[in-house]
Amino acid sequence: MAWFKKERKPRTSERVKLEIPADAWEKCDECGHIDIKDRFIRALNVCPNCGHHRRISAQEYVDLLVDEGSWHELDSGLRSTDPLTFENYRDRLLVAVKKAGPLEALRSGYARLDGMPIDLAVMDFNFMGGSMGSVVGEKIARLTRRSAEKHVPLIIVSASGGARMQEGVLSLMQMAKTSVEIARLRSARVPFVSILTNPTTGGVSASYAMQGDVILAEPGAVIGFAGPRVIKQTIGQDLPPGFQTAEFLLEHGMVDAVVPRSELRDTTAQLLRHMGGRRPAEAAD
Amino acid sequence: MATHTLDFERPLLELERQIDEMKRVTGDTAVDVSKELAALERKLAELRGEIYRNLTPMQRVQVARHPKRPYTLDYVNTVFTDFVELHGDRLFRDDPAMVGGWARLDGMSVMLIGHQKGRDTKENLHRNFGMAHPEGYRKALRLMGLAEKFGAPVITLVDTPGAYPGLGAEERGQAEAIARNLVEMATLRTPIVTAVIGEGGSGGALAVGLADRVLMLENSVYSVISPEGCAAILWKDATQRERAAEALKITAEDLLELGVIDEIIPEPPGGAHADPDVAAQALGDALRRHVRLLRKTKMEKLLKRREEKYLSMGALSEK
Ligand SMILES: [Zn+2]
Repeated sequence: MAWFKKERKPRTSERVKLEIPADAWEKCDECGHIDIKDRFIRALNVCPNCGHHRRISAQEYVDLLVDEGSWHELDSGLRSTDPLTFENYRDRLLVAVKKAGPLEALRSGYARLDGMPIDLAVMDFNFMGGSMGSVVGEKIARLTRRSAEKHVPLIIVSASGGARMQEGVLSLMQMAKTSVEIARLRSARVPFVSILTNPTTGGVSASYAMQGDVILAEPGAVIGFAGPRVIKQTIGQDLPPGFQTAEFLLEHGMVDAVVPRSELRDTTAQLLRHMGGRRPAEAAD
Repeated sequence: MATHTLDFERPLLELERQIDEMKRVTGDTAVDVSKELAALERKLAELRGEIYRNLTPMQRVQVARHPKRPYTLDYVNTVFTDFVELHGDRLFRDDPAMVGGWARLDGMSVMLIGHQKGRDTKENLHRNFGMAHPEGYRKALRLMGLAEKFGAPVITLVDTPGAYPGLGAEERGQAEAIARNLVEMATLRTPIVTAVIGEGGSGGALAVGLADRVLMLENSVYSVISPEGCAAILWKDATQRERAAEALKITAEDLLELGVIDEIIPEPPGGAHADPDVAAQALGDALRRHVRLLRKTKMEKLLKRREEKYLSMGALSEK
């Protein structure tokens, strides 16, 4: 895997390690393992000790999945308006732009994966919790339309708490809007691989995220319709351990496979070759 | 009756009491009070009309959730005839929170599908307060498939607080069930007409509400989240529901303005529960009108328009 090699740095000796400044160390939120920051980064932000997948940015997923230099961003000029003049929404958007950039809770574009043309959308949880408003819905709809018309496989990486409340029922309708385009994509027999990351819930899981021809999930990702807090409140008891994790969904037949981040790229490429009638990849060098 | 009086209806109670009193007192005398009685009743109707014309969004929510409000199975007998209920998703079980079956509208066979709430605690436990599990949405989709196969229009009546957020629902794929309905309804080759008759609760409502025509009864609401839920998230205080109901724009008028629904069906003064027959008449008229028009539309055109309808929804700017 070329991407991996590119990032690999020379091994540090014990002596050098001791001189590493304090801020170069990082701790795993899951198991408490402490390691050199660089080791987390080289492992794609997966804990070297317990395998916990930390959240990474939309840009990092783009870098992970596409051939170097092949990414072309689409619809980067789309911006949310405030259709309901919902209190504080404009301010919250400004904060989100500062935190995650102006491209909203989803980035979309076309690229190549192992040389194959792909359309790729990646949600950004850092932008208002990856919530789906009109911009996210429109970007998905346009990209899916592009996939259907150009017969280019579609890949969507989801990370979302659900619909964006501040756009009211218009955000709910994005579930219908995206579904209409996914239905067209199906009729056109163009492959759609949906990749679920932590978390994928609410209106996103109840629309395109669960409509993939193949649905992959990252280990440990929380996936469901209702969020764990709401369920807990409804049933008045604690949730069983592991409830709504990717592994739980696999066991219940709701996803095709749980795929570690380090294998996402190769697995997706392999699937696209199968669904696109291509020959298997050449043996790795 | 008094137990179901909404707080904003209280001014009506005093008038109703006076009218009852006058009827009772004069019932066994020969005194003619018909003039006075008529005046009081006129005043009552005026006051009721005025109150209902000026309901706040949260008051509409209260009317939409009114325990006496007509539910799907009430309209089965007042709007439709010849109903045969069909049960089960053929996968897991029958979900009583979602009902459906063949029915006739003006003699024409249609597939009627709707959420079903219960009238009392016992019924509500059975109906799960109209909150469907995945099997409910899968039953609905199965029935839509039948409608498509036999060339019958689909009519769905929406009345749910939302899809049920529970352990079994998640285990059996609540998100997948809703997602599947949406993608299938997008290309279902038969007309679909949806009427929100009470609560349009988020994804659980939309799961049977992606349609060629979406209508709303005047006092129904349709929202991405309940006012209570929104208030709890935004202001950590569920009692701020008035503020949330206002902000979310959930009334029929709001949705018409946002381009999300096609028509508002008028309700009698005092809401559908005040005169269920009048409400049923209005609902039936609207459904007949839309189904007739849609049946005349060529299939490819129908599907194209359905697609365009949803693609146009949203608000954004482009640089
Ligand atoms: Zn760890």
